[in-house]
Amino acid sequence: MNTIAIEFRDVVKSFAKKNGGKQVILDHVNFSIPVGKTTVIAGGSGQGKSVLLKLILGLMPVDSGQILVAGEDVTGVRGQLLEQLRTRFGVLFQGAALFDSLSVYENVALPLRERSNKSEHEIREQVMAILTQLELTGHEEKFPAQLSGGMRKRVGLARALQLKPEIMLFDEPTTGLDPVMTQEIYNLFARTQEQVGYTAVIVSHDIPKVFNLADQVIVLNNGKVDVFASPEALQWSREPHIVDFVESTMGKIYQSHLVEQ
Amino acid sequence: MVCEQGEGSMQRNFVQKLGETGLYVHQDLGRMGLYLLLAVKGLFRRPFRFGEFMRQMHFIGSGSVVVIFFTAASTGMVLGLQGYYSLNKFGAEGMLGSAVSLTLIMELGPVLTAIMVAGRAGSAMCAELGIMRISEQIDALECMAVDPFRYLITPKFLAALVSIPLLTALFDVVGIAGGYVAGVHLMGVNPGSYLEGMRSSVTNHDIWLGTVKSFVFALLVVWICTGRGYFVYQIRGAGFGAQSVSRVTTQAVVFSSISVLVFDYLLTAVLL
Repeated sequence: MNTIAIEFRDVVKSFAKKNGGKQVILDHVNFSIPVGKTTVIAGGSGQGKSVLLKLILGLMPVDSGQILVAGEDVTGVRGQLLEQLRTRFGVLFQGAALFDSLSVYENVALPLRERSNKSEHEIREQVMAILTQLELTGHEEKFPAQLSGGMRKRVGLARALQLKPEIMLFDEPTTGLDPVMTQEIYNLFARTQEQVGYTAVIVSHDIPKVFNLADQVIVLNNGKVDVFASPEALQWSREPHIVDFVESTMGKIYQSHLVEQ
Repeated sequence: MVCEQGEGSMQRNFVQKLGETGLYVHQDLGRMGLYLLLAVKGLFRRPFRFGEFMRQMHFIGSGSVVVIFFTAASTGMVLGLQGYYSLNKFGAEGMLGSAVSLTLIMELGPVLTAIMVAGRAGSAMCAELGIMRISEQIDALECMAVDPFRYLITPKFLAALVSIPLLTALFDVVGIAGGYVAGVHLMGVNPGSYLEGMRSSVTNHDIWLGTVKSFVFALLVVWICTGRGYFVYQIRGAGFGAQSVSRVTTQAVVFSSISVLVFDYLLTAVLL
């Protein structure tokens, strides 16, 4: 059995600048994400964290290099192969990306209606089960505009989990949420991961809190990546940019731990 | 010396801008061509979303009936009055029915229907897709391995291709009736000569020409309006966020209206 869920081999991605030339976002990047673990991708704004997720999902092409999912080279796949690849993933977008003309129930039922042969009765059972699990019962008929930010994220998670993904990608999942709700969402991720057993990749700015979930940390900085086996390993790095990163983020973890103690 | 350098730099800038625009137009046409192919391909992908098709039919077709009715009635009545004024100079008021019906069936019916639908439903379709794009709803569909063309675009294409020709037929009928009211009831043209003029001068070829035009215009309107919304981030100068949606929506209505007028001339020149 493959122990690596996703692997980047020498991946380069750049964008054309408005005044000519290229801005390299990922510069010969290599890393791997282990199966069943939680990997947090951190880094400042504009460092290419969300681009990295889009490359994994085939929403953007790489300039060069290879991306492997469960050992299969998926670089540049198209058509039905790309559709098959995407069925392995669940994605929770930054703004949840719910269909605003559909109710909560219809949003969560959509992947089943479109990608499975289940009857409407079976779909109803499965949707109601996940809504109960994520404490969304009673909100089935509401539309996304009638929900709070935290509820929208939960609906997004419910929708993403419908097809039992092997890998869940979370793009800034707690942006715009208050600290209590942020913690609640992370607890929910940990709980659902335990139940479903997916590999989690979390792109987040919310460093102190999200590091509590992380098995592995990837820090993006000026197109390069640094991979750490654990959040604790990060603090022992002597690389100046990592030291800066630790000072501005990890310090807060230890401060908060001290306060808790 | 400084002045020469300035001129050289201006020329370079001009050539550079021209080159960039040429490349952009080339890229945009390619993108839109591919988009049209994928939308047509979506027709053959299963399951077909009949419910969404009916919803779009209701939105584009039924929702436009009132605006088409009033546009057609006023156009027909103006044609009746103007036509009477012109024909009366030559003592040919009896030809009013013929003039009104041919003008409406071959030209104004298809053109004005397409432009009105572009303004009412085309702009809404463009904005809807633009908002879906900027709020990552289309990305979400792709990530769920749901083909956005089959799910979103193809039902709109099919609904426009069915409802715009039907709205054109409604426009023609209401317009001819408007011309009748203005010509016969207000200006006193003989009702028999109005109807007989229409019957004798309108041929199957004229109706066929009007129908072909309405299909082509329907395709242009739905293609351009949905395409601009779908590619909101790739449209030069559109910017980002809500502003980009408003800009591409305006652009979609302008481009589709101009395309309808250009293709009206081309089709008339080729098919008449």
